[in-house]
Amino acid sequence: MPAPEGIQRIGDGTWELPPTLRPGMRVPVRVFATEDLLREMDDQVFIQAANVATLPGIVGYSFVMPDAHWGYGFPIGGVAAMNPDDGVISPGGIGFDINCGMRLVLTDLTLEEVQPKLRELVDTLYERVPAGVGCKGFVKLSPTEFAEVIEQGAGWCVRNGYGTDEDLARTEERGCLPGADASTVSPRAIERGYRQIGTLGSGNHYLEIQVVRPEHVVDAELAERLGITRPNQVAVMFHCGSRGFGHQVATDYLQIFLRAMKSKYNLEIIDRELACAPFRSDEGQRYFAAMQCAANMSFANRQVILHRIREVFSTVFGRAAGDLGLRQIYDVAHNTAKLETHEVNGRPRQLLVHRKGATRAFGPGMPGLPTDYREIGQPVIIGGSMETGSYLLTGVATGAAAFFSTAHGSGRTMSRTKAKRSFRGRELQHSMEQRGIYVRTVSYAGLAEEAGAAYKSIDEVVEATERAGLSHRVARFTPIGNVKG
Amino acid sequence: MPYEYVEDGVTSDVSFHAWGNDLDELFTAAADATANVMVAELASIEARVSKHVAVSAEELDLLLLRFLDELIFHKDAEALLLRADGVHVDIANHSLTAELRGEPIDTSRHELAADVKAVTLHGLHVEHRGSHWHAHVTLDV
Repeated sequence: MPAPEGIQRIGDGTWELPPTLRPGMRVPVRVFATEDLLREMDDQVFIQAANVATLPGIVGYSFVMPDAHWGYGFPIGGVAAMNPDDGVISPGGIGFDINCGMRLVLTDLTLEEVQPKLRELVDTLYERVPAGVGCKGFVKLSPTEFAEVIEQGAGWCVRNGYGTDEDLARTEERGCLPGADASTVSPRAIERGYRQIGTLGSGNHYLEIQVVRPEHVVDAELAERLGITRPNQVAVMFHCGSRGFGHQVATDYLQIFLRAMKSKYNLEIIDRELACAPFRSDEGQRYFAAMQCAANMSFANRQVILHRIREVFSTVFGRAAGDLGLRQIYDVAHNTAKLETHEVNGRPRQLLVHRKGATRAFGPGMPGLPTDYREIGQPVIIGGSMETGSYLLTGVATGAAAFFSTAHGSGRTMSRTKAKRSFRGRELQHSMEQRGIYVRTVSYAGLAEEAGAAYKSIDEVVEATERAGLSHRVARFTPIGNVKG
Repeated sequence: MPYEYVEDGVTSDVSFHAWGNDLDELFTAAADATANVMVAELASIEARVSKHVAVSAEELDLLLLRFLDELIFHKDAEALLLRADGVHVDIANHSLTAELRGEPIDTSRHELAADVKAVTLHGLHVEHRGSHWHAHVTLDV
């Protein structure tokens, strides 16, 4: 699909669409992509990014990441920073799966040590980490206890024996957004989600055993500083979010915003999925607090899953998790809106940065980074399709060009419905096993939807982020085992 | 099967078109289209439990959203797979009543597919065209 007429090349891997593209655009659209990725992007991506550019208070640009694809409201892979004083907050700029994110855990084990136990390891993880439609978690909570979890996030888990302070130190925001207020979420959202802590979900959510092959270490010095020191070192990477609780928070507030927008704030929008409210309004503030509750649920969810992973490794290898070197590298979300300070026209300004299918990628020395990573920049985890691979990158100083944001995954090129017709789950499982990837899935139809051919090339996406100066490649991770929801 | 999935819909989600002779039939079809994203065979859902629902909304399409949201809510809250029965839409008041009938997920009998997270507002519409009512819905999965 050709990019729209009038798109201009601004620099290596950076393109711009002027605000004259559509009436009402307040800022230009900036797209980060190689020429090939730009050509492959759905035309809807450009239309949706232009729609985002019309939102009140948007600062700088409506950004499009290299893995972007057509979404609802915002494109997936869209970034928009708003002036919090006269701008809006939009649930559609965050997504239904609030704070969906990636966690990367390293081990001291090598492929040679794990290979003989791989099936047992994946089978046990599949049994112990619930996945799929309607799955229930292993942490049994009352709705009242759940209200504590959503205000305290991963910290609640560590205080209750599911992890360590070091895990928190290596989680974005230490796994807790402080503005969370349980009184802003509906009883319906709590009822929907309180049994789901410790579950993967389905769709593109997964838990993978991966290996870093020596030829896939891109920056040896940074890899070593991040703990990748052995050839064929094994890691665990997983992707999941705030589950039904977060989905309900987003559903509830979209409807609240739709009602308030016209009648109360006289806001006109191009697409109802861009429903929004002034950030400083009662509705805006309540959604922001509720969204932070959902974010905390997702941090807690990934924290208890990490606890389960430690238990499983310990059982399978007959050694303590610490003895196996299991340690978290980082946990970072890609569906959020956060108040951050960025430089605009040479002056620091507080902005509300929406990232929908985009990862925060703070450069070296920025506040909010763990001590271990202050010098090297924030670890960025980009998950690829289950057949190809994933990447660990770091944030860089030039990321300021996009308010320190980068890609979040491969980006789909084929619809789920089409993928399900094009691939067969059981055949795919067999073929992946032939290629050294052992997969367990709750749903073969779901597996078919996640076929590698339904996605863009992860290698090209991360290369595009590096060329555009958004993030820097450290190492590529190849899957050897996968639990699919 | 008065619904079909749209192959070239939103890339990472599932879009469907549903239809019926009247709104009651249309909403029943849309509920099946939603459930069918989560479970491969609707016939595998046995009517063991029943949930009475009564919802209302400002617009007809938002009424459909709220109705489908009931199915999605019970799937997470109680792990129930449900189908709609006895749907009665009051077009003048944008409200409806229905019985949702189904059972808890049993992976030995239910072949599960993709989890539905939410009904999006993307391109959502309900309209009377020709002799039928039609709806277009995009689900976030």
